[in-house]
Amino acid sequence: MGLALVRELRRRGARVAFVARTRERVDQVVRDHPGTHGIVGDVARKEDIHPIALQISAALGGLDVLVNNASSLGPTPLALLADTECEDFSLALETNVLGPFRLTKALLGALTASAREGRGAVVLNISSDAAINAYAQWGAYGASKAALRHMSAIWGEELAAEGVRFLSPDPGDMDTPLHALAMPGADPATLKRPETAARELADAIAAALVKEPA
Amino acid sequence: MIAAAHPIQRPLDARLLVIEQNGAIAHAARSSLADFLQPGDLVIANDAATLPASLHGVHLPSGAPIEVRLAGRSSLAPEDLRFSAVVFGAGDWRTRTEDRPPSPPLAIGDRLALGPLVATVDGVLGHERLVALTFDGPADTVWAGIAQHGRPIQYAYLDRTLALWDVWTPIAALPVAFETPSAGFALDWRFLGTLRGRGVEFATLTLAAGISSTGDPALDARLPLDEPYRVPVNTAAAIRRAKTRGSRIVAVGTTVVRALVHSEGRAGEGVADQRIGAGTRLRVVDAMLSGTHAPDESHYQVLRAFQRDDVLAQAEVALETSNYRTHEFGDSVLMFSQQGSRSAGPVPFATG
Repeated sequence: MGLALVRELRRRGARVAFVARTRERVDQVVRDHPGTHGIVGDVARKEDIHPIALQISAALGGLDVLVNNASSLGPTPLALLADTECEDFSLALETNVLGPFRLTKALLGALTASAREGRGAVVLNISSDAAINAYAQWGAYGASKAALRHMSAIWGEELAAEGVRFLSPDPGDMDTPLHALAMPGADPATLKRPETAARELADAIAAALVKEPA
Repeated sequence: MIAAAHPIQRPLDARLLVIEQNGAIAHAARSSLADFLQPGDLVIANDAATLPASLHGVHLPSGAPIEVRLAGRSSLAPEDLRFSAVVFGAGDWRTRTEDRPPSPPLAIGDRLALGPLVATVDGVLGHERLVALTFDGPADTVWAGIAQHGRPIQYAYLDRTLALWDVWTPIAALPVAFETPSAGFALDWRFLGTLRGRGVEFATLTLAAGISSTGDPALDARLPLDEPYRVPVNTAAAIRRAKTRGSRIVAVGTTVVRALVHSEGRAGEGVADQRIGAGTRLRVVDAMLSGTHAPDESHYQVLRAFQRDDVLAQAEVALETSNYRTHEFGDSVLMFSQQGSRSAGPVPFATG
């Protein structure tokens, strides 16, 4: 999903920095997508957040769109809540809720500066239908995505006057590594292509980047 | 004054010394800061995020341990990887800078290994400890190395090692400052909402605040170094509007004063190279919110542009006798200029 978004946003002329957890992965994506800025980091780690934020702002010279895309399923294979280890639930919360909270907070200065300068500011937090519906075995993921969705709504309420818009769309069930991890038996043909979802998300971002007079 | 040793940006009991335009001095809680502003006033802050500009490593020709403190740059451009830097010998922030052993003599061409980074000395800037450095590698690699290996510059009065989150103000944006524009610690989002509710405007500029102290009298005498800055178009427009309606402009920190004196409030990029002092004419700024500055600090001269020396001396006594906390995590001073830059006087609020 993240890779498809990098491609789609590049295709639309955006300057893009992305974060991945390993040097190998970052180097590979930069090789395949020249002009993008790759950053090694893990949003689930508190200590990584400010170094990531620093590199994003330094690479792009500012920021108008932040996409929080990293997701943890919690336990894999998926488990009933009663069988879920606390540590797996914690990782889901760190990755899906606290990471986006911390990174948004660290980049809020850059985002509000963009809004004041009339370029708009959008934070897109990737949600899921599991944030709304109670699916057995999706407890850690669903609860964390519900928290992310609600946090987005509150951020949006609080920062509307600063000109920062928050979106938390559900991109649908996609043919991604995360989905394969959750539902190994699923037929890819029945799943949405990440490229399609990326186009829809990019459209949503563009619509939310309301230009205001400087 | 008492050194503020804990890195807490907004202690609930933070205090505010207010120096009115006529020199009258009052004590207040910093939480009441908005009460000293009027509808139409324009508050301008420096939104530079702080780099972890202290880099420990080795002077490769001698093998000696060193600490490099990045101190300046000639532009805000991400691809500009040439820094001025002050170099110390062994040790770290726990030792007072005055007591730090000197670095080995540095010469043009010397290579420095700084964690994952390698830098080359490509200039000695009139002092054996102030050099120009260029880092090896593409910009993204250099910023990653600084982000991962660097630590915030800090001084011996603090009681713990600073993390980046300790030194980024709530509005921190572009990472270009070498030391924190710490007057901005006083700003949180609730306060900015309060300003909006009272009809006070808020805008930002970005100035790459340089190093504030080196412990070396000859070097300290050269501070502040030149600092690149940028004034956004919308900020310049807000300044024009405020001037037109006769409203006051409140600078948050000495760095904002410096940028506004150099730019005269116009939009664009520049390098602030002037010193601000008693003789500086303040054409844009009417007031400054800052930390508490003692007469032996490089920033103190800025205060002299705002107020007469006898008023500053009284303020100094008030800060001392009332045990204000000093340094970047300390209490605040709001000082109105006796220059009265609003030479036109208030004009009706008619234009929007």
